[in-house]
Amino acid sequence: MIPARRLQRRPKERPLFDTKILAGALGDSLRKLNPRWMVRNPVMFIVELGAFLSTFFWMRDAVRRSGSPGFDFAIAIWLWFTVLFANFAEAVAEGRGKAQAEYLRRTKSDTLAKRMLEGGRYEPVSAGTLVKGDVVRVDAGELVPADGEIVQGAATVDESAITGESAPVVREAGGDRSAVTGGTRLLSDWVLVRVSTNPGESFLDRMIALVEGAQRQKTPNEIALAILLAGLSIVFLVAVATLFPFMRYAGAAPSITVLIALLVCLIPTTIGGLLSAIGIAGMDRVMQRNVLATSGRAVEAAGDVDTLLLDKTGTITLGNRQAVDIVVAEAAGAREAARLAYYSSLADETPEGRSIVALARRIASLPEEAVQPDGAVFIPFSAYTRMSGVDLPDGTKIRKGAPDSILAWTRELGGDGQTSLASDVERVARSGGTPLLLAENDRVIGLIALKDVLKPRMRDRFARLRTMGIRTIMITGDNPLTAAAIAHEAGVDEFLAEATPETKMQLIKREQGSGRLVAMTGDGTNDAPALAQADVGVAMNSGTQAAKEAANMIDLDSDPTKLIEVVEIGKQLLMTRGSLTTFSIANDVAKYFAILPALFVSAYPAMGALNVMHLATPQSAILSAVIFNALVIIALVPLALRGVKYEPRGAAIALRNNVLVYGLGGILVPFAGIKVIDLILQLLHWT
Amino acid sequence: MTLPGWLQAIALFSLVAATTKPIGLYMARVFQGERTWLSPVLRPLERAVYRLCGVDEALEMPWQTYTLAMLAFSAVGFVWLYVLLRTQAWLPFNPQRFPNLPPALAWNTAVSFLTNTNWQFYAGESTMSYLSQMAGLAWHNFVSAATGLAIAIALIRGIARTACKTIGNFWVDLIRACLYVLLPVSCVFAIVLVAQGVPQNFSPYRSVRTVEGYRQTITGGPMASQESIKELGTNGGGFVNANSASPNENPTPVSNFLEMFAILAFAAGLTYTYGYMVKDTRQGWALFAAMFALLAVGFSATYWAESVGNPIVHHLGIAGGNMEGKECRFGVAGSALFATVTTATSCGAVNSMLDSFMPLGGLVPLVNMQLGEVAFGGVGSGLYGMIVFVVITVFIAGLMVGRTPEFLGKKIERREVQLALLALLVTPLLVLVPTAIAVLQPQGLAALGNGGPHGFSEILYAFSSTNANNGSAFGGLGSNLFYDVATGINMLLGRFLVAIPVLALAGSLAAKKAVAPGVGSFSTSSAMFVGLLLSTIAIVGALTFLPADALGPVADHLFVFQGKTF
Repeated sequence: MIPARRLQRRPKERPLFDTKILAGALGDSLRKLNPRWMVRNPVMFIVELGAFLSTFFWMRDAVRRSGSPGFDFAIAIWLWFTVLFANFAEAVAEGRGKAQAEYLRRTKSDTLAKRMLEGGRYEPVSAGTLVKGDVVRVDAGELVPADGEIVQGAATVDESAITGESAPVVREAGGDRSAVTGGTRLLSDWVLVRVSTNPGESFLDRMIALVEGAQRQKTPNEIALAILLAGLSIVFLVAVATLFPFMRYAGAAPSITVLIALLVCLIPTTIGGLLSAIGIAGMDRVMQRNVLATSGRAVEAAGDVDTLLLDKTGTITLGNRQAVDIVVAEAAGAREAARLAYYSSLADETPEGRSIVALARRIASLPEEAVQPDGAVFIPFSAYTRMSGVDLPDGTKIRKGAPDSILAWTRELGGDGQTSLASDVERVARSGGTPLLLAENDRVIGLIALKDVLKPRMRDRFARLRTMGIRTIMITGDNPLTAAAIAHEAGVDEFLAEATPETKMQLIKREQGSGRLVAMTGDGTNDAPALAQADVGVAMNSGTQAAKEAANMIDLDSDPTKLIEVVEIGKQLLMTRGSLTTFSIANDVAKYFAILPALFVSAYPAMGALNVMHLATPQSAILSAVIFNALVIIALVPLALRGVKYEPRGAAIALRNNVLVYGLGGILVPFAGIKVIDLILQLLHWT
Repeated sequence: MTLPGWLQAIALFSLVAATTKPIGLYMARVFQGERTWLSPVLRPLERAVYRLCGVDEALEMPWQTYTLAMLAFSAVGFVWLYVLLRTQAWLPFNPQRFPNLPPALAWNTAVSFLTNTNWQFYAGESTMSYLSQMAGLAWHNFVSAATGLAIAIALIRGIARTACKTIGNFWVDLIRACLYVLLPVSCVFAIVLVAQGVPQNFSPYRSVRTVEGYRQTITGGPMASQESIKELGTNGGGFVNANSASPNENPTPVSNFLEMFAILAFAAGLTYTYGYMVKDTRQGWALFAAMFALLAVGFSATYWAESVGNPIVHHLGIAGGNMEGKECRFGVAGSALFATVTTATSCGAVNSMLDSFMPLGGLVPLVNMQLGEVAFGGVGSGLYGMIVFVVITVFIAGLMVGRTPEFLGKKIERREVQLALLALLVTPLLVLVPTAIAVLQPQGLAALGNGGPHGFSEILYAFSSTNANNGSAFGGLGSNLFYDVATGINMLLGRFLVAIPVLALAGSLAAKKAVAPGVGSFSTSSAMFVGLLLSTIAIVGALTFLPADALGPVADHLFVFQGKTF
């Protein structure tokens, strides 16, 4: 089952900090000092300008032997650290993506392809020259040269290069499993593949570009937040710049270095420095769950989803019916009925048959190795008889099958064609199950209830979604009666029975019409329009090329429930941004109390009364605030990369908790932090 | 601080709270075009006005048209008042034969009344003819308040409507605001004021001999009618220079109480109008609570600072609170309460000299205005100013619950953040930058009445007041060309640079689809949200001004308690 499979693949997860990534990030954070790069982040660009200026003032004062070059130097150094720490955060986040891109690129080595010419001959060409529409032949042991659809043949394919999944999968022409991905390896047989992408646009290319962040565009929410941060920066820039004339009026013009220090402390550098790292890390978390998002926008949209459309089969249920109960007709004993059910299915290799064997063995306490008597003849299921069973050597005929077929059969053997189980048949059918009657010769022994079994823990998951404010709608081809029963059992909020691609599309449009964001998963070609229409469409990697192109996320594990995790990552992403913004702004209170008295005491000595933290000297107060401001960025890098703790809870509780931790904490922590730094500076006699 | 002092404040706040719903409900009905009990009389009149002005009542405007109409109307209003002030000497109703106003003063005054500021670089009783007072200043007292109301209503519509391109009709909103809201109430209130002793005549000033044997000129004029809209429309421009400290404008503690109530009444009522129109009255009460908290805290601080009194005066053997610049009939409490109310709204009428307040007592009015006057605020402008803060709060708080932030079901995205920020940036930019220019200018310093931090407070106050369209003066600051021009520009920008993004915000919100709120989105009417809103106002609004305020009133305070004045 799914959880076990996922466990196998976990080693792919990387530790938060990898020494190789860290080393690379150090170099990158220096390279990112290039102002042309920095200007993309206005908040940190202001800090860099400040660092330049204060360096200049330090050098000027050092040459002139005037002012306080030692203090200027300390401020300048810590401002440079502030910029570097922010760059470092971004570089680490990018580095994790790059490591993955490196791995992918290795699988993209250029291969030779056998392109089919007219008349059925093949010519060897470089895979890099294949264009859309070319047909190539791939044999066992060869790499698939490009993305495409199988037009002829079937083969087992090793897709581990893309999915990390070692178990081979079957790909065949026609139907929903015809897509193959460039870079995967054929293990058996041969196929003809029609190439569906041009060079440079393949799945692998896109994936590399994505993880490298080369195509990373700021998401709408990130832009909105960046605008807010830029706006706040302008406000504080004005507040600080006007202090120069104000203090000149008061009779003590401040040093520019001190004003720069104040400005850097007030503008939201914490969130400004970590903003892009948070976004990149969010994408990376999605990737680590083996989901490929075509854009950060898609991940963000996932966090906003109001309605989740889930296919019943394969998503909510295991997709094959299982025996869940054996009801015994009053004439027979439970163990006897179970034993007959066991014999009837022992040779039945269908999942249903195996589940009957397992259930019957448990009820009748049969040993593992119990076999049917020698000479038993298995009667396989046929659409004509609608039953299967076994003829034992002693002449006993055991049959299981559709109720009306079994009753007809018993009548033929001389029975009365009646059963006391009629009401049970009705009950099982109504509850969404499939009733099978079990007969021994002319007598109905019992009823086997087959049911499409819910995947484990689905009910919990839906409850969790509900606390997050997300409605789930089950999509099924079943009739409304069965659908209602399963919907009730699974705990989904709504269902769409007898679904067709059209009704599915209508449902999405209806939901969107009332302002909701819709997410859905799909794999078939007929899902493609709905996937494109949905705000978040997740295609299964096992699905068709059309589905994959229409979707904005592709799940490499083909696990439809993964959508729930993506939703959580999207939410966590926004939460991390919001929490760090709050923290960053709340920090300003303490910084004011550290710097303003230090700044104003030269003009009005009475202002020393506002030095509530009792910081040693004006210079140590300002330096402590700047150092705190720089260190807090580096201290929050792990949080930015990992995301804030996310628990599915109502908005009111989430808001309260985050406000307490990041809002109230944001006000209090810097008071303590600045005081501690000031004490250390005193101990080191740096003041 | 005394029990009667507190009781006065509690009585005022209770009255405001009690009338919020009826007033708000009435305004909601008016602006939704529903029938009210005044309709039988006013509806025919309203129709006649539409016919006369060629207004199509049913026409709905997109925000751009609405804004253009508002700007065009204001432009015409400016020209009208400017011309009137420049020609009053040749026009009737000028018994004192006042000359025409000089260009700089006429500009400053025209802008001042156009923008609902009522900053006065003149003394009314020695400058303005009765015609200028009535047809110029009082006219603007009505229409500038009505314009503010219209903008607020347009924003409310923007929030309430979904997937809609229009936000109402400016002309209809303007006319309804005047006809149904401002005119009837101010008529009644004027009569009440006359009953309290406020003059209402067209006679020349009277010269009388006092008991001591000196001669004194007693001003007259159509005072009560102007006094009533001055408070109700949060205008604040006094008929006479002493404003509501004058026994003519504000004769008794009763008139003082009623004037304070009149200042708050519509702005408070509008919170209910908002809740009613967005179909969730709790939203309105949440804003009411936030505004009320700011007002209550502001009053407590001022009252405390004024009650503690001046230590320098105490050393002279005079105990008690600070009575310098206050009227005996109002006392410390009545003055502190009036000062808080008039600056928490955009009124700017004064019944005592703020320049003579204790530094921290004077800090509260300053901060009130620097926050953008959102503690009920101006008629209309208070509500839309507060909603701008709400949008920013929703954005930050919304992120913290892990969704694209939603405000009443509408997503707050890039454009909304942009517009809210534009409106929010106006206050810090237009207070701090002009103050900085002023302290660097010889002209800026020449007009100062005091030096040191107190002088700095005077400049800072002038630009805080004009930018916030308040109009109260700290006093001590004289008029000269620099201030005439600079405060004029500041009033203009302070009004329209906020109003335009607000209307754009209305348009942007109106066009959005709304989702029914679920457990995934947080409530904007909870106590939690009110707390967050207040924090945002405190941190984003107040922290910006902390350095400047520290160099002004806070430094002044520290000096006073060291026995030093300026």
